[in-house]
Amino acid sequence: MMKGHDVKHYPGLGPLAVFFFIYLYAPLAVIIAYSFNANRVAGVWTGFSTHWYASALNNRALMNALETSLTVAAVATVVSTLIALSAALAIIRGKNVRYRKLCETIVNLPLLLPEIVLAVATLILFSLVNVQNGMLRLVIAHSAFCTPFAFLPIRARLQGMSLDLEEASADLYADRWTTFRRVTLPLIFPGVFSGAMLAFLISMDDFITSNMLSTGGSTTLPVYIFSLIRAGTSPELNAIATLLILASLILATVALLVAARGTRENAEP
Amino acid sequence: MTESALHAAAGGTDRSPRVRFWRDLSFWGLLPSWLLMGLALILPIAIIAAVSLATRGAHGGFTWDFNLAGYRQILFNEGWTGELEFTPQYLLIVARTFALAGATTLICLVFAVPVAYFISRQPPGRKAALVYLVTLPFWVSMILRVYAWMIILGKDGTLPRFLETLGLPAGMSFMFNDGATLTAMVYTAMPLMVLPVFASIEKLDGTLIEASHDLYGNRWVTLRRVILPLTAPGLVAGAILVFVPALGAVLEPSLMGGGKQMMMGTLIQLQFGGGRNWPFGAAIAMTLMALVLVFLLVMALRAARREDVR
Repeated sequence: MMKGHDVKHYPGLGPLAVFFFIYLYAPLAVIIAYSFNANRVAGVWTGFSTHWYASALNNRALMNALETSLTVAAVATVVSTLIALSAALAIIRGKNVRYRKLCETIVNLPLLLPEIVLAVATLILFSLVNVQNGMLRLVIAHSAFCTPFAFLPIRARLQGMSLDLEEASADLYADRWTTFRRVTLPLIFPGVFSGAMLAFLISMDDFITSNMLSTGGSTTLPVYIFSLIRAGTSPELNAIATLLILASLILATVALLVAARGTRENAEP
Repeated sequence: MTESALHAAAGGTDRSPRVRFWRDLSFWGLLPSWLLMGLALILPIAIIAAVSLATRGAHGGFTWDFNLAGYRQILFNEGWTGELEFTPQYLLIVARTFALAGATTLICLVFAVPVAYFISRQPPGRKAALVYLVTLPFWVSMILRVYAWMIILGKDGTLPRFLETLGLPAGMSFMFNDGATLTAMVYTAMPLMVLPVFASIEKLDGTLIEASHDLYGNRWVTLRRVILPLTAPGLVAGAILVFVPALGAVLEPSLMGGGKQMMMGTLIQLQFGGGRNWPFGAAIAMTLMALVLVFLLVMALRAARREDVR
């Protein structure tokens, strides 16, 4: 078929798509390019240098913020994934669940409310019951808003899975725990993994809630970066940003590959 | 066979241990999520609702004397003698919030539809790669995606320097206005729009497009009368995913808009900084939440009605 006669073809779409992808990636490329600039003024290019990477890696405050973020994200990921997994099992596999829809809505509630509202509400609660520990505040709040992100992929995976294998396992006298561990969990693992990855990234990325709840000793990475940006752009900030961009791109690729493998296995049983 | 029928076939009567197990599981399995959401979500929201009706304390914080001062302050300024004077300053912030969130949604839609259509027309391998490329920036930290636009638009930024080489005056800055905020909001929201729109365009039956052309519909008519109506659920899903978080935006206005171009999110945040007005902040937070919930409710009702029509 000649392209000019293809009725599904709209002229100008190709160039628009090219422009679109340049638009998506150019801003990130600008940060990466500036991070190698020797000059202190980010916009003035004076030569190639990796100096700012060395100074970023020697930055104590940055490393402390990274440690806080990783700790909070790790705990929040484990808590939210476990809660999401048990809720998904109960909602999809449970019998006689009353108000199934309501239970799902409760798990997904954080998605329906603006984050800033939840953040200040949690701040008021913590100041009323006098929870001063920054890490504890962050872990509780992050676990709550990460749960729906862990829940949705697990739920989708569980819903797409037939009961046959679990029934077979039970018929072969496997107890509930063995069935769950040897049959259910391996089958839904891609969903659990995607859910946990999402929860981890959402927690690492969070600014609004962390900014409200963190205390002096518990500054997370985005809150620290925000304070750096407020102090003025610097090449060291660009170096930090570049490292973080690369880390998240690698993490995202791994997560998407695992999820893709999961769906392919699912398609050819 | 439905799930419950399978259960019945395999599990037998209600008294069998299997069925009892699944019932126990539904209680114990849901309990942790109820506890977490109850304590970390429903309780705080109930408290902030109460605080929005409380009285501002003399030294920050609040006292439990209930009145509507927090809400009144959104519209009126109380003078020294207690007379009320209408002040549009906060109403202006509400209007800006809606205007920016609406504009973000519209701009994202206008770009997402053709791009999603283009991607859906590619061969499978390239299609998967392009979807991956759309998803990827979404995984990069939000604050960094906003920061990228600060170095592009700011003083000594990429764009002013580029314009300088074209002979335009030096030292131009595009920062600290609504346009800068909008630029960052559109950029951060774009993947959220493209993905659901792509998902629904992908499902579109190509023979319907051909049928439209057979009936002498040109490309424009086909787009307007066939493609857009059939992909409406995806467009609506994308619009919700973009519009709702945009209403609560904080990072974009506080970094790109500067101190004066506030949105509801930054106004709320400001009231909870050291010793500001908590009941007023709580009242704006409740207003924002109410607006979002009403919007979601309307969307859900419309979706339910569409289901009924089918």
